[in-house]
Amino acid sequence: MKQVRCIRAITEALQEEMARDENVFIIGEDVGAGDGAFSATRGLLQQFGSKRVIDTPISESGIMGVALGAAAAGLRPVVEIMFMDFLAVCMDQVVNQIAKARYLFGAQYTIPLTIRTPGGAGGSAGAHHSQCLEAWFAHVPGLKVVMPSTVYDVKGLLKASIRDENPVLFIEHKGLYSMKGEIPEEEYIIPIGKADIKREGKDVTVVATSKMVIEAMSAAEKLAAEGISVEIVDPRTISPLDKATILASVKKTGHVVIAHEAVKTGGFGAEIAAVIAEEALDWLDAPIQRVGAPFAPLAFSKPLETAYLPNAASIMNAVKTVLS
Amino acid sequence: MKAASLGKQKAIELYTNMVKARVFDERAMELFTAGNIPGFIHVGIGQEAIAVGVCAHLRKTDRIANTHRGHSQLVAKGSDLKRAMAELFGKEAGFCRGRAGSMHLADKDTGVIGASGIVGASLPIAAGFALAAKYRGLDDVTVCFFGEGASNEGTFHESLNMASIWQLPIVYCCENNGWAQFTPQSMTTKVPDIAIRAASYGIPGVTVDGDDVLAVYEAAGKSVERARKGNGPTLLECKTHRWFGHYVGDPQKYRVIDDIEGVRKFDPIPRFEATLIGEKILTPEQAEKIKADVKAEIDEAVKFAEASPLPSADEVLKDVYYEGAA
Repeated sequence: MKQVRCIRAITEALQEEMARDENVFIIGEDVGAGDGAFSATRGLLQQFGSKRVIDTPISESGIMGVALGAAAAGLRPVVEIMFMDFLAVCMDQVVNQIAKARYLFGAQYTIPLTIRTPGGAGGSAGAHHSQCLEAWFAHVPGLKVVMPSTVYDVKGLLKASIRDENPVLFIEHKGLYSMKGEIPEEEYIIPIGKADIKREGKDVTVVATSKMVIEAMSAAEKLAAEGISVEIVDPRTISPLDKATILASVKKTGHVVIAHEAVKTGGFGAEIAAVIAEEALDWLDAPIQRVGAPFAPLAFSKPLETAYLPNAASIMNAVKTVLS
Repeated sequence: MKAASLGKQKAIELYTNMVKARVFDERAMELFTAGNIPGFIHVGIGQEAIAVGVCAHLRKTDRIANTHRGHSQLVAKGSDLKRAMAELFGKEAGFCRGRAGSMHLADKDTGVIGASGIVGASLPIAAGFALAAKYRGLDDVTVCFFGEGASNEGTFHESLNMASIWQLPIVYCCENNGWAQFTPQSMTTKVPDIAIRAASYGIPGVTVDGDDVLAVYEAAGKSVERARKGNGPTLLECKTHRWFGHYVGDPQKYRVIDDIEGVRKFDPIPRFEATLIGEKILTPEQAEKIKADVKAEIDEAVKFAEASPLPSADEVLKDVYYEGAA
């Protein structure tokens, strides 16, 4: 095993997949000489050249359409969208074109296309550089949506995404880029669509995504000191969703908290809650609690940002509510 | 340009394809109006010379991005018209197995990329196909058809800019029929010619009479050759006329009757037919024979489409995701 920062695990995954398959190429704004806005593509231009690491104009719709055409023609593009918020600029290409290209044309095309993008807040990035919009994309058939929380998962799932024969939206959390974690020296792949139990417990299930898994781990430590045993389920992929792992945990604990950084209203937590209600209601001993951001845009100023973001404390409160 | 300079066989092929596109659209319109084709369709009657003149320079491995008004583009690229008609009917034997219909026709085997229901969406996708050809070191060319309405979408700017900076092997071919749905070009666009916009991207912009198949053929030849040689994109504007409404059934309340009827004098088919007869490439009898043969071919396509089975309802979830090699 070795210790690496999350951002370097991403670079390693990209480097390994590019070395493995010459059809894999990177396309996005500032991904070449600029290393990408968060340095995810550092060194790749030097190793693979400008044919395979393509710097683009600031043209998100154009980038996404070019990637779709290239994928339909047999290449394996890995798009970087600098901030998740910018996906709103190219929603037509993602939702109407990329997601539907296989089905609509009667399976004439295979679309092996990965979109990497950082979501999430922290550091006063403001309303246009901080959002968690995963629920929009999980609502669209044809896309897979991956949002890992640990360094280990990030690397293994990014490699799986690039090898997948479908369009995959791979959501990183910019607040986790500098986090360190252990990964094997040797190559490994984590299959898309498998949840992971990040901590075993018996009193309450916390289903958390992305950075909220880290917050939930911290909450669970504190709750353990109070005698509360928390099980943390990280779906890792929200589309497809590993319902079985979530439902098994719910049936074990009988208490559920769902935590994500996205706005609570209409967030993906609502889908998870609905699945539990449909398939495991009889096992619940208390109403489900959801933790998410309030129904407001994210403000720049620190006190507003801090008040806005869910964290370990909000997860602890929700756990105590379901157990009370 | 003389028709004879194409060679007799090529000249007759162009004429035949124009007639085929015309009869295909006429039958589609008739079948739609009778309620035999569901959804909605857009016909390009009167615009046949453009796709036919352009695609005459393309080989099978070259690709075209077609449009919602694009039946003529499939005809010109050599797609099987039985399967095209079956797709219009929503039948399993269609190119897209009934998932697409008229508006999203795609035929991968002949290089017809697939049309989008979103105006302008195909422009960057076509650039992606061109990028893939260049990436692989192939000299295949992509032609992206679009209307002048699409030239006011942001994707037009983004795509032509990227195609230019990366010297992509692509021709952006604007079928300018003067109407963006219900609104004339004069109300939406300040420049008289879309081709003027090429200057913004540092690429050639050419405007030709899109109702003159020989003019289209000549200009497209230069554009395709430029792309094939690796010299980058061209914006080729072919000015034409929309004979009917935006969609079949459009009452065209926004359009004066003189305009609707007046445009028929630009019909590209009798014009080319007169040229071919004048140059003694074709006799009037041969022209009639071609029309009769085409009519029989389209009749066969309709029969095939009508007789084909509909998709099975239990396949609604199939192919949302890749399920292994077909």
